[in-house]
Amino acid sequence: MTKPIEPSGTSRRNFLQSAVAGAVTLPLGLRVHASDAAPSAAPPSAAPAPLQATLTLRVNGQTHELSVEPRLTLLDALREHLGLTGTKKGCGRGQCGACTVLVNGRRINSCLTLAIMHPTDDIVTIEGLADAEGGLHPIQSAFMRLDAFQCGFCTPGQICSAVALVDEHRHGPDNGRPMADAEIRDRMSGNLCRCGAYPHILTAVREALAHG
Amino acid sequence: MDNFSYARAADVDGALRLVAAPGAQFIAGGTNLLDLMQGRVISPTRLVDISRLTGLAQIDELPDGGLRIGALVSNAATADHPRVRSAYPLLAEALLAGASPQLRNMATVGGNLLQRTRCPYFYDLGFTRCNKREPGSGCDAMDGFNRNLAILGASEQCIATNPSDMNVALAALDAVVQIQSPRGSRQQPLRDFHRLPGDTPERDTNLAADEIITAVDLPPSPFARHSHYLKVRDRASYAFALVAVAAALRMEGDLVRDARVVLGGVAAKPWIIDAAPALLEGKVLNAANLEAVAEAGLRSARPRADNAFKVELGKRAIVRALTTAARAREV
Repeated sequence: MTKPIEPSGTSRRNFLQSAVAGAVTLPLGLRVHASDAAPSAAPPSAAPAPLQATLTLRVNGQTHELSVEPRLTLLDALREHLGLTGTKKGCGRGQCGACTVLVNGRRINSCLTLAIMHPTDDIVTIEGLADAEGGLHPIQSAFMRLDAFQCGFCTPGQICSAVALVDEHRHGPDNGRPMADAEIRDRMSGNLCRCGAYPHILTAVREALAHG
Repeated sequence: MDNFSYARAADVDGALRLVAAPGAQFIAGGTNLLDLMQGRVISPTRLVDISRLTGLAQIDELPDGGLRIGALVSNAATADHPRVRSAYPLLAEALLAGASPQLRNMATVGGNLLQRTRCPYFYDLGFTRCNKREPGSGCDAMDGFNRNLAILGASEQCIATNPSDMNVALAALDAVVQIQSPRGSRQQPLRDFHRLPGDTPERDTNLAADEIITAVDLPPSPFARHSHYLKVRDRASYAFALVAVAAALRMEGDLVRDARVVLGGVAAKPWIIDAAPALLEGKVLNAANLEAVAEAGLRSARPRADNAFKVELGKRAIVRALTTAARAREV
């Protein structure tokens, strides 16, 4: 379904597969089959030709090429096409934060964006936080040491969100100002935890902010 | 979510050409659009991706000392911008009161202006009657669960509210929306941008189908030292407003020289209390004067069965927001 491609290369096979009648070439090398271009041959009762697009995604330092429908969310691309199931699908509507990933260093809800919209972005998921030798990110360690989870379903999103929170604070306009617990809670409020592990999550984030 | 064709626009003119196709809509941050599409509240047949248009993701100084915020600047970047924080702290405060950090990183200023109502009867297709979603179908909210719906400016057709915090602050700051279309450019004051429902609740704004928002302009503001955004909600964070107040004052000593008071969460548009400047000009902020603004603001309120509490809540929120605004802010 997917394979990493060389940084310089385009997959010849995918390129040829996508080069069908009605394809439209867009900037940035993206190819989208235009639905409105080729319905004439199909009988009226037939379902419209499926819309497919070839896209590239750079996730955890690896570039992937996918042939997918435009409606594929980034979350579903990560989980279903790249097998990166650490990112969780909770509500799928931007309310729970379980799908939080980092795009160009910023935390977003991957359920409310289309994979096709991120051809040039650097995406980091929970699987990409550890270093090359497998050493955990300091915030992953803090969550384990301080018991900041119970069932673990929200944890990848919580950790990605906390990584971004620390980074936002370090590079943001309030750099160096101590963050009150109330503000940490506010800035983590996009991540719900149904087990109610919030007190330990707060402790882990507070420690991460203090020790960087 | 129903499938659609996708096209990425290279520039504003290209975006306007691509969106001219029937069933086409713009997508930028996507946070509200894709949520609505997941619920099949809307089903565009083509999405025109404007998220990477050049020139619209920046904040520029205007010659008159004001600020131009590009339509594609994220809510987070707007709230963190040094000039916004120093000259328009009311806007930063309102933005940070809205949504979650993840959503603020995605959502754009232009998209926030066009945010749809969170009325549950609009959002949930399990309810068949919604004049905003399906004109002429009726309104289940009118005599349904309407705790968080409008008390001001509603009609027999619709009692939906505008959910945005940003829009309330922009109204208090006399913002102007910059708009482009194949017919040229125009600008519209924020106060005239959103519509009350009347007989056409399906139209949230006065933006035409062939138009695109390019920026929001803020004139130089005399309110930087004395402003406050107060948001009252069911949770401490990450919830829509029951009532919100943007209060902005220009003070000389203890005397008010100019004022803006705008309510959020109570109407289909930011509810500007037009009487506030005249009621407060040259006055001290004593209990009687504060009460006069609160009474004027809610005088035309017409609550439904579940939301009468918003009338008193709105009055008290006005008093508290103005009182807080009067205390000088460090700038």
